Amino acid sequence: MIAVVDYKAGNLTSVMKSLRAAGADPQLTDDPAAVLRADRIILPGVGHFAATKFLEEQGLKTAIRERIAAGVPFLGICVGLQWLFAGSTEAPGTPGLAAFPETCDRFAPGKKVPHVGWNSLSIRPESRLFAGISNNSYVYFTHSWRAPVTNATVAITEYGEPFTAAVERANIMGVQFHPEKSADTGLRVLKNFLEWRPC
Amino acid sequence: MLTKRIIACLDVKNGRVVKGVQFVGLVDAGDPAELAARHAAAGADEIVFLDITATHESRGTLVDAVKRAAQQLFVPFTVGGGIRTADEAAAIFDAGADKISINSAALARPDLIGEIGAKFGAQAVVVAIDARRSALDAPIQTAEVFVNGGRRSTGRHAVEWAREAESRGAGEILLTSMDADGTRAGFDCELTAAVSETVQIPVIASGGAGNAQHFTQVFREGKADAALAASIFHFGIADVRALKEELRRDGIAVRLPC
Repeated sequence: MIAVVDYKAGNLTSVMKSLRAAGADPQLTDDPAAVLRADRIILPGVGHFAATKFLEEQGLKTAIRERIAAGVPFLGICVGLQWLFAGSTEAPGTPGLAAFPETCDRFAPGKKVPHVGWNSLSIRPESRLFAGISNNSYVYFTHSWRAPVTNATVAITEYGEPFTAAVERANIMGVQFHPEKSADTGLRVLKNFLEWRPC
Repeated sequence: MLTKRIIACLDVKNGRVVKGVQFVGLVDAGDPAELAARHAAAGADEIVFLDITATHESRGTLVDAVKRAAQQLFVPFTVGGGIRTADEAAAIFDAGADKISINSAALARPDLIGEIGAKFGAQAVVVAIDARRSALDAPIQTAEVFVNGGRRSTGRHAVEWAREAESRGAGEILLTSMDADGTRAGFDCELTAAVSETVQIPVIASGGAGNAQHFTQVFREGKADAALAASIFHFGIADVRALKEELRRDGIAVRLPC
């Protein structure tokens, strides 16, 4: 079962629709028991980092942590990627999953914030999420906070400074952009995630 | 590099796409879902539906058109026209819109901006501003905001209202020059630049597109982050791909479809 975790942050219609277009039969849930049964987990989300507090309060964070430890493939989208980090200066009192030790921060002054629109990806060739996608492809972003570039970064985007557009480590993956709004490139990323099998 | 967005706008009336000249004289231009899909395939970065009937009887028709269009769209999709409450916005989001655009209702009750933002995120709230200059040589700061499809002046200044909308949590500004709209003589670059330099959020320029040069001007001189066009595409003057190829030759960063 493919679980899309609903933590009451924004509209998930587009995410569900695009997963169906990519060939999946996703189930929207806010129930930790359903997450514990899932064999693939997607954490979408637009909005404020503080909304991820819901994951902790509802026991979803523990369930996700357990499934990730069991090797279940996980994809975080937008705030869902940021949540994989230790936290964000957007909500200092709300810790993330801390799969990656860094902290997310607001874009440095000098550019319009939020960063909205189609921007290009510098892709690391060994990335699994971007298999079959050419370097410098465009995807759609809308966000004001960003994750720094780390050794788990597999795609970098520039907006005044380089930031993490995608991360991958073992079965943990995340994208800052919205694959559900990124036309054919986005659907291919979702398909790659859905088809990826841990060895 | 962040590209300039080309947004295809469909004015929808009673479930059909129409286009007028300076807000009057409407002609039929096709099925909204079909046109939306065609524009997206040609490389439109975003699709906007503006419901210009916006009466209660037409809401069902609009929701249905949004649902049909959303089924085949995998680019951002904005819907506006007659949305007065957060509940009405919720119905449009449920039908598959990613952003909603509010105009008269936000002016009548500015708290609406924050109410929708609190539930769906600021990125999902576009504040649309229809502006007209009192005279061509009047200071740009005095360009006025109109409502009801351009029929009634609010007495408010466009630049100042854009700033307030931003401070109340708007995610983007969709700025239409009523002087330029439908003329195909070019965007109002001065007005667009005045708003774009005042706010931090993206500004979408609208009204007046007639050729590719006009888009280059509004991106360079008008400092627009995105530009919207409707009739230029409907009647085969250009499609988005042809427009973008010309913009790229002009040195404007755009996303070309594969």
